Amino acid sequence: MSYSETANPRGSVLDRLRDALPKLVLSPTVAIVAIFVYGFIAFTLYLSFTNSRILPTFDWVGWKNYENLFKIRAWDTAVSNLVIFGLLYIAICCILGLLLAILLDQKIRAEGFIRTIYLYPMALSFIVTGVAWKWFLDPGIGLEAVVQGWGWESFRFNWIKDRNMAIYTIVIAAVWQTSGFVMAMFLAGLRGIDSEMLKAAQIDGASTFALYRRIVIPQLRPAFMSAFVVLAHMAIKSYDLVIALTGGGPGTATELPATFMYSYTFTRNQMGIGAASAVMMLMTIAAIIVPYLWSELREKK
Amino acid sequence: MRKFLTMMTAASALMAASTSLHAEDVEVLHWWTSGGEAAALNVLKQDLEQQGIGWQDMPVAGGGGSQAMTVLRARVTSGNPPTAVQMLGFDILDWAKEGALADLNVQASQEGWDNVVPAALQEFAKHDGKWVSAPVNVHSTNWVWANKAILDELGIAVPTSWDEFVAALEKVKASGKTAIAHGGQPWQDATVFDAVAMSTGGPDFYKKAFIDLDEEALGSDTMKETFDRMAVIRSHVDDNFSGRDWNLATAMVINGDAAFQMMGDWAKGEFLNAGKTPDQDFLCFRFPGTQDQVTFNADQFAMFAQGSEVGKEQAALATAILSPSFQSAFNVVKGSVPARTDVSDEAFDACGKKGMADLKSAAASGNLYGSMAHGHANPAAIKNAMYDVITAHFNGEYDSETAVEELVTAVQINR
Repeated sequence: MSYSETANPRGSVLDRLRDALPKLVLSPTVAIVAIFVYGFIAFTLYLSFTNSRILPTFDWVGWKNYENLFKIRAWDTAVSNLVIFGLLYIAICCILGLLLAILLDQKIRAEGFIRTIYLYPMALSFIVTGVAWKWFLDPGIGLEAVVQGWGWESFRFNWIKDRNMAIYTIVIAAVWQTSGFVMAMFLAGLRGIDSEMLKAAQIDGASTFALYRRIVIPQLRPAFMSAFVVLAHMAIKSYDLVIALTGGGPGTATELPATFMYSYTFTRNQMGIGAASAVMMLMTIAAIIVPYLWSELREKK
Repeated sequence: MRKFLTMMTAASALMAASTSLHAEDVEVLHWWTSGGEAAALNVLKQDLEQQGIGWQDMPVAGGGGSQAMTVLRARVTSGNPPTAVQMLGFDILDWAKEGALADLNVQASQEGWDNVVPAALQEFAKHDGKWVSAPVNVHSTNWVWANKAILDELGIAVPTSWDEFVAALEKVKASGKTAIAHGGQPWQDATVFDAVAMSTGGPDFYKKAFIDLDEEALGSDTMKETFDRMAVIRSHVDDNFSGRDWNLATAMVINGDAAFQMMGDWAKGEFLNAGKTPDQDFLCFRFPGTQDQVTFNADQFAMFAQGSEVGKEQAALATAILSPSFQSAFNVVKGSVPARTDVSDEAFDACGKKGMADLKSAAASGNLYGSMAHGHANPAAIKNAMYDVITAHFNGEYDSETAVEELVTAVQINR
C-alpha cells in the first residue's frame, strides 16, 4: 500500500495495468460463457413459458408446457428410466470400480498395462459402445446366437428386444464404458492413503478386510464424491448411448429425458415442451451439484 | 414473430445482394444421398446447367430428413435459408405459416399445375391459395410386398380381404416360415397401422380420425378393432423384429425367409437392386381391403423466399421439377410415381405402372389420402404422439382399450 502511494505516476499506471491484466485477459472468456452458457440457459427457461413450435416465438403461455409435459406418458417413462438407469449405473460403476482398484492395488506385475486395458473403453465414444453392444446383444447375431451355435440350444438372452429389460442393457453398456474410469479415480485415492497408518493397524493385528473397511474406504470419501458427481451428470445427459443401442425402443421403453428433449424440440415441432423438459433436467443436475459445491466450499473455511 | 421474420428476410436479402456473384446458383438442401437417389437428382442438375444455372448441392444424410430439418432451422434462424429444400407434408405448411416460402403462382398458372397435380397433393403444395413448393413424386404407403415363390408353394392367392389375409398368414406360419417381415421402428409400426386402419374402417373413418382428428372417431370401436387387428399382425412377426431397419425386413422377403412385408414403394428399389423382377419373383399389391384407396406421401421442394418475389433461378428450378421428362426419369429410379397424373407410364415396370394407374383412379374418385405415418395427415407433433401409442401397443405395453384412450389423449395434448 505504502509503495503505491509513494511510487511515481508512471509506475502506478504500470502497476494498475498489471493488476488489471488478468481481468482483461479473462474478460472475453467470461463474456462468452455468460452469453453462451448462462444466456442460453435463461433463453431456454424463457422458451419453456412460450408456445414455441417450429421456431422460437415469444407468446407467453405460463405453465402450460409444464402441465402438458407431466401429462405425456413418454415423459413418465423417461423419468422412471432415468431413476433405474441412474441408480444402477452409479452404484455398479462405484462398486466395480472400487473392487478393480483394490485388486489392482495389490502390487501386482504389469499393473500399468492392465490399468490401460481397463481405462481403454473410456477412449471410445458412447456411439461406438452403443453400436458394438447392439450387435453383441442382438439375439439374431450376437451372444444368444453364438451360445446356441455352441450347442446350448435353450440359451436365451434377448433383453434388448424385451421392453421390460431393455433399459438394463443400457446399464450394461454404460457400466462397461465407465467403470475403468472410476477405477482410475479410486486407484489415485488409494495411492494417497498414508501407509504409516496402515502399517500401524497391521501391527495391531487388523485383518485385511477390516483394514479396508475401517481405514481405507472411509478415507476414499473425496474420490467417491467426485465419482458420484461425474457419473450422475453423465447419467442425466445420456443420449448417444441410447440412440445407438436401442433408438429409444422397443416402443418407447428406453426413452430417457435427453432423448425426449431432443425429439420434442427438434423433430416434433414442440419446442416449448422440449424447453420445459430441458429445464427439468437442469433442475435435476442442480439438485445434485449445488449441495455438493456448497459442502465443498464450506469445508475450505 | 412477424417483426423477427421481416428482419430475417431483410437479412437474407442483404446476404443475397452480397453474394450476387452466385445469384444464378440454386442451393438445394435434401437428404437423397443413396446412389440411385443421387443419380436421379443429377437429371435435374443437368437440366438446370443447360439453362446456365449452377447447382450447389447441400446433402444432409439421414433417412427421414429430421437431421436436414435441424440444419434448415439453423440456416433460417441465421437469416440465410437455402433456395430450395426437400420437404414432406405438414413441414411445408408449418414453414409457409411462418411466411418463409416463396410464391410460385406465376409458374403454376403458366404451366397449368392445378390441372395435373392431384388435389390431395395440392393441399401440401399450396398455402393460402399460393403455390409454395414443387412436388417431385408420390410414394404410396399401403403396399404389400410378397415373395412369389413362397406364395406359389403354399398355394396362396393374392388376398383381397382381411380374412383372406389372416388365412394366408396362418398358412405361412404353419409352414414354419415367418409370415410378416417387419422392422420394429415407430414409423414402420405406424405405416402398417395406416393400412390396417384404412382397411378396417374405410376411407371415411380414416379421414375423420387422422385428418380431421375427430375425437369420436379416434375413440370409437372401429379404432379398437384396428388395434385388435394390429395385435393379430404382431402375432405373425418374428421375435427379433424390434429396431430392425426396413430394408433388412425387405431382404427377408427377398431371401425367402418371410412371405409378406407392408411397406411403401421405396421397398421396390431393394427388390430391383437384388435383381428381382416384379410379377415373377415378387408381387406388389394393395393392403387387403384398400384396393381402391391410396395413402401417400410426397417429396416436394419448398422454395424459400429470397427477398420479396420468387427468384429467376427458383422459377427455373420449379419448372424443371414439374416437367414430365424429369418426373418420369426421376421416379423410374426412385421407385415412386410422378406427382402429375398426365405422365406416360412407358418407362415404368409392372409395379410402377400399377402404382400410376392406382394413383390416377384414386385421385379421380376422391380416394387419395395423405398418410398419417408419413406426416401427410396431421402435424408432426400429433403424428409423433400417435407413433408413441401405436408402437407402445405393438410392443405389448397397452391393450387395445388403453391404446384407444391414449390415442385420444395424445391428440388432445398436442393439438
